[in-house]
Amino acid sequence: MSAVLNGLVLSGGRSRRMQRDKAALEYAGRPQLARALALLEPLVVSTFLSVRADQLNDPQRIGHPCVVDQLPDAGPIGGILAALQAQPQTAWLVLACDLPFLNAATLQQLIAARDPRRLATAFRSRHDGKPEPLCAIYEPSCLPAVEAWVASGQQCPRGFLAQADVALLTLRAPEALDNINTPAEYGAAHAKLCGDSRDQGQQLTITVRYFAVLREQAGRSGESVGTRARDARELYEELRMARGLKLRTEQLRVAINEEFADWSQALAEGDSVVFLPPVAGG
Amino acid sequence: MSRFRFSEAALDVQALRCELANPSCGGFAAFEGWVRDHNEGQRVSRLEYEAFEPLAVREGERVIDEARERFGLHNLLCVHRLGELQLGEVAVWVGAAAAHREEAFRACRYIIDEVKHRLPIWKKEHYLGGDSGWVNCERCAIADPGSATTASQSALAHGHSHK
Repeated sequence: MSAVLNGLVLSGGRSRRMQRDKAALEYAGRPQLARALALLEPLVVSTFLSVRADQLNDPQRIGHPCVVDQLPDAGPIGGILAALQAQPQTAWLVLACDLPFLNAATLQQLIAARDPRRLATAFRSRHDGKPEPLCAIYEPSCLPAVEAWVASGQQCPRGFLAQADVALLTLRAPEALDNINTPAEYGAAHAKLCGDSRDQGQQLTITVRYFAVLREQAGRSGESVGTRARDARELYEELRMARGLKLRTEQLRVAINEEFADWSQALAEGDSVVFLPPVAGG
Repeated sequence: MSRFRFSEAALDVQALRCELANPSCGGFAAFEGWVRDHNEGQRVSRLEYEAFEPLAVREGERVIDEARERFGLHNLLCVHRLGELQLGEVAVWVGAAAAHREEAFRACRYIIDEVKHRLPIWKKEHYLGGDSGWVNCERCAIADPGSATTASQSALAHGHSHK
């Protein structure tokens, strides 16, 4: 009989290249962490977040069952090890928090093909043919092998699976496990995902001007942007990542074609958009 | 006559006052906003103003129309500086001329309050130590990725007027 399957979303990364918490990156207004949890929850018994000790009070993570890393800075393998140690009778479907293209069908394929007699079940990377470690099922029998791997000073989870007894699957949705690490990759993924739901699927050219603190953060006073954003809010989220803007839409107002507008106002070809930081006239 | 405008040059308040002169008016009130040498515990050495001019002018005209409707017929004018300003300079000037003093005072007060809160104008303070900061913006910055709640609370704490 196979062990109970729980879900573990890895959210303890430092997101150094992204320069902000990857779990908080939004697609159509929904943070990646919430998207990952929503995909997992219907398919497993319970879901947990893998976190660093200093993230326990983070607003995005608070209130959710967590497994705390025991080895600081060991990376994803530390999170996987902590979960296996916390519940040694449980199998874990481990999921990274930077897979914007992941869909339910891919997780269903993984679970349907699960082989509990092996140490793990994983997809073959479409890039190098090696096992993908961060959308994979780790059986309880993994625990001693992971402990030995970490004790020998190694951390790479891909390396661990490459030398372990793993059931390997071919992805039916090839891009489902493409991860994102940089603001530019986020911008591209956001455009692709949010563009998919656009009615006409058309790219727009929008003129954007920046003032005051946003001009300084963007390092420019304006630009012409090709975008699939449907409204000003989506456009701002794209540019926030691409340009390193540090204010959130709740702190701004927006003007379209030189008039105050709602964030949800649909964008049209050639619109001129200005994001207005908190004002301070007089 | 444009009743709200920007000026890159220093304001000549005598000339502005003359623009409002009218034989039917018996009361005139003016408000001048001056560049002050301190703000929130820091020594200010100079200021910079920046605006999204087309929208600021349109919104400024709307404010003046509102004042006119609320307080009766007036000669009303508001001029706001742009660019770099030294201590003591007039940053904003509001003048209201009316038949009686009551409406003039009230219109003047209404206009400056609305202008400060509604027009897309931004003020950068330069401090004696060499630092600088955009007023009302610096503490809104996301100090720590993922701390959205903290950031929006601090935005509320210092009184943003944004809807």
